[in-house]
Amino acid sequence: MSRIDFDVAHLLAGTLVLISFLELYQDRLYALLNVYALHALVLAASVAWQALIQDAPHLYVTAGIALVFKAIVIPVALHRMIVRLGIHREIDEVVGIGFTMLAGMGLVALSMVVMLRVTHNADPLAQEDLAFALAVVLLGLLMMVTRFNAVSQVIGFMSLENGLVLAATGAKGMPLVVEISVAFSILIAFIVIGVFLFRIRERFDTVDVQALDQFRGERR
Amino acid sequence: MTIDALTGVLFIPALAAALLAVLPGYRMTARLNVAATTLTFLCALSMFVRRPPTGAYLLVDDLNATFIVLTTFVGFTTSVFSASYIAHELETGRLTPPFLRFYHAMYQVLMFAMNLALVANNIGLMWVAIEMATLTTVLMVGIYRTHEALEAAWKYFILGSVGIALALFGTILIYMAARPVVGEGLDAMVWTVLVKRAGGFDPALLNLAFIFLLLGYGTKVGLAPLHAWLPDAHAEGPTPISAVLSGLLLNVALYALLRFKMLLATNADALAPGPLMVTLGLISLVFAAFMLYRRRDIKRMFAYSSIEHMGIITFAFGMGGPIANFAGLLHMTMHSLTKSAIFFAVGNVAQAKGTQRIADIGGLTETHPTLGWGLILGVVAIAGLPPLGIFMSEFLVVSSTFARAPALAIILVFGLLVGLAGLFLRINGIAFGEPRGPNATAQASYVPMFAHLAIVFAAGIYMPPALVAWFHNVAGLLG
Repeated sequence: MSRIDFDVAHLLAGTLVLISFLELYQDRLYALLNVYALHALVLAASVAWQALIQDAPHLYVTAGIALVFKAIVIPVALHRMIVRLGIHREIDEVVGIGFTMLAGMGLVALSMVVMLRVTHNADPLAQEDLAFALAVVLLGLLMMVTRFNAVSQVIGFMSLENGLVLAATGAKGMPLVVEISVAFSILIAFIVIGVFLFRIRERFDTVDVQALDQFRGERR
Repeated sequence: MTIDALTGVLFIPALAAALLAVLPGYRMTARLNVAATTLTFLCALSMFVRRPPTGAYLLVDDLNATFIVLTTFVGFTTSVFSASYIAHELETGRLTPPFLRFYHAMYQVLMFAMNLALVANNIGLMWVAIEMATLTTVLMVGIYRTHEALEAAWKYFILGSVGIALALFGTILIYMAARPVVGEGLDAMVWTVLVKRAGGFDPALLNLAFIFLLLGYGTKVGLAPLHAWLPDAHAEGPTPISAVLSGLLLNVALYALLRFKMLLATNADALAPGPLMVTLGLISLVFAAFMLYRRRDIKRMFAYSSIEHMGIITFAFGMGGPIANFAGLLHMTMHSLTKSAIFFAVGNVAQAKGTQRIADIGGLTETHPTLGWGLILGVVAIAGLPPLGIFMSEFLVVSSTFARAPALAIILVFGLLVGLAGLFLRINGIAFGEPRGPNATAQASYVPMFAHLAIVFAAGIYMPPALVAWFHNVAGLLG
């Protein structure tokens, strides 16, 4: 593998982690959606690059799904949904930005330490890719636990899933990647439709999932 | 493609799902649902006679044949119960005909997904199937569209998705571990290939992969502290779905874990998965046992009891060895049968009394003697009293643990006793005393409930030698 192949793949995967950080501190839903669209765009570029250097044309399908579905359809749909639900002005911040960023850095450091040590036998590209992918997954999880808004939780889940696609494409020659990315897209479509169809707002007058929590446990 | 048992257990539910999605009228569709599950069960049974060949995607061995027969059997009896149960839900208007059609189609999709997960020889395919099963159950849990049902579905959705995502990361890591040894491509995800060559895999990668898989599939098994979705999903969905969730879907996720445990066992340098499973199992058992007696909702109480029993089963498989594995398999079978029988009873109780609140249900043995005593029998069975089947399996777990790790056995027995006390405290108020609450007649069929309880009772008294030999054989496979 030539030096430039590795560098570009490294750059794209690193950018994905960086954008995950950007997502962490967006407290307005519109801004968050735009950053997520960027996240998906970079993922599409990264997957396409992997398809090129691995000479694996089927990965272009995954890249196409990322580009069309995740970077365009889902953000546009969520955008309209947010307007319909009338929550576009809502500010969603739970834990302080400083704390979240520190926790995020800790998670990235953790995934580097764990993955680089564990995968020392793998080729360097896969090694770096998996480390970055785990970082994106963990940052997505962090976002899900630091938000109370259902829409932001969904976006957290979607960026977590982008990390998984990154890992799957980085694992050279992995079969079923396309199938898995399709399965995940279905899952996400369900979630997005779920936000709307479950009519969380209609039922609870808010998309704040804390409103769900008051019914947790026992009905008295 | 030749027609064999494998195509049967996959195609019949798939075809039935497509048919049920378009056909109107609940009487006919409910019957069709029963017919489809019956055929699937017969196909599964035929696997014992003629074993289908193993391919790159599908596999049948002694281990999953056991799971498939159990799954299709409970799927069959639940569909019989569901046929009589759902008529009442239509009458009371909790379900409308379009939703009923959706319900029946989803039931078959769930059966298809569970069977696919069980027969998958490819770890990627297994993941896709478990994801599909999760999605269908999410949709079914939310089907009543009440506030609580939507809350439960959303919570299940988010937690289940995160679990599924972690499991996929673990699956990718397994592939990464296999690639240098097996080579690129499909073979590196085929379980039968993996298990043969796992000795040469990088142990560090395998360890990390197993942690992710344990957390991911463990969420679906309902192991504490990843269990938060389980009580809600059981309490708010239709009762047949609670029965299938508890009796089957938790087993399927556990089956996935067992497959990966077998994989790790073939690598001498990888960590022993046993202690991790033992720890999670014990935490679930003790935690759920303490949660039992504070429950106010009857379905929620039995959902916690499911967590407790999945904890025991995970513990037994974690201990490993022929006796503990045997006990784990037996306990899993008995728990599936007993818990689904209990949910059949509870569904009847909730329909007769019009509520799931424990405080509003009382004196059941006076107002509904058959139902009341059936429920008591179920609770006696699930609490692990002799001479029923669960007593035997729990006794085996406890005695084999005492021989190997007495300290763990003490915690185990403590958890079992607390759980037993909690269950009896609640069932006492439900079954005896002043009759409380409305007094409608229960309409759903008692046959599935008593059929399950009869099997559990019989298994506690006499197990046919052939069955014992079979379980021993499977326990030996598990290592």
